[in-house]
Amino acid sequence: MPTEQYHEPPDELPPETRTYARLITSLIEEAEAIGWYDQRLAIEPDEEARAIMRDAQGEEFKHFSMDLEFLLRRTPAWREIAEGILFQPGDIVEHGEEAEEEALAAGPEQPTPGDKSGSLGIGSLRGAGL
Amino acid sequence: MNHLSRSNAPISNDAWDLLDEEAKEQLTPALAARKLVDFSGPHGWEHSASNLGRVSRVAGSPVDGVDVRQRRVLPLIELRDEFTISREELRNADRGAEDADLDPLDQAAQRIARAENTSVLHGFAAAGIEGVTESSSHPPITLSEDFDDYPGHAAKAVEMLLAAGVGGPYGLALGPRCYTGVIESTEHGGILVFDHLRQILGGPIVWAPGVDGAIVVSMRGGDFLFESGQDLSVGYDSHDGDNLRLYLEESFSFRVAGDEAAVALVHSG
Repeated sequence: MPTEQYHEPPDELPPETRTYARLITSLIEEAEAIGWYDQRLAIEPDEEARAIMRDAQGEEFKHFSMDLEFLLRRTPAWREIAEGILFQPGDIVEHGEEAEEEALAAGPEQPTPGDKSGSLGIGSLRGAGL
Repeated sequence: MNHLSRSNAPISNDAWDLLDEEAKEQLTPALAARKLVDFSGPHGWEHSASNLGRVSRVAGSPVDGVDVRQRRVLPLIELRDEFTISREELRNADRGAEDADLDPLDQAAQRIARAENTSVLHGFAAAGIEGVTESSSHPPITLSEDFDDYPGHAAKAVEMLLAAGVGGPYGLALGPRCYTGVIESTEHGGILVFDHLRQILGGPIVWAPGVDGAIVVSMRGGDFLFESGQDLSVGYDSHDGDNLRLYLEESFSFRVAGDEAAVALVHSG
């Protein structure tokens, strides 16, 4: 079974970290597929083939977005930065710098006094126990 | 700044870290319900209701011949537990003291965890929450006073779930009294009751403050739905002299989609 998504020994990783790693890998694969279809569409002259590729690329947009939403739900600091950047008109880099400064002032997973959510980040504990 | 008003508090970033870490340490072992049910969110403080996908008929109509239906939703409840911490204690923590008195926070964390567990696992009618045991379509199993009998109770509960077509693995919530008895007991032959229960259930065994008796639940997913608005957070209310008034807060809804997926184990009498 391929385990390239793991940077550390999988047996030493908790289940939620392994799930997270799988979704990160999935996100990368979906992004790559979007890029591949983009290149194919750029050179394919047959309109019927192009329609199929556009449909397939739409699937990859959906998969990428679902992966991303899952990861953002599990990572409050990432979510907060993303909220400051995504779907915002204006300068992307400027929004990125502002969002990062606000979210990460006290470390990537620590809510700061001005943190938009302030959550302790406990979330789901499903399956935990003895 | 959001509704938690954390940036208004006369608390250093390091002290906020200390409070958050302490709250998390206290809450995580005690949040039993979250270890057994599906968790969705957090969807944010502004999230007010869960969609039930159902409608009610509305009497009358603004125009004859037009039917009116109204969507039914389950409103989220807010749990809030206020506590007071000494500013001097936090200043001592800033100086490096490792024994700052955070007992009021610890007690609030235990209370709010119990409140969450009780609402989810036993229900809270005043807020319209029907809990896991209340909803169960199975008759409850009466617990013996002898903890050696618990594996038999669990096996019976699993058999009832299987007979209803409910697959595993299965989790077990144990109220504090049951939990202590189980981890202290061995069966004839020297097998730990705890280990035997694990073999029968295949899922987690959870210490569940707020639970009366025990509950066997299926962990197959899709039966018990916890929807988080604002996940547990520490907020700032006010301060006066040495007293800092803070609070723990969360919002959530809970509903049972599969009433056949749990069996309550109750004490006799």
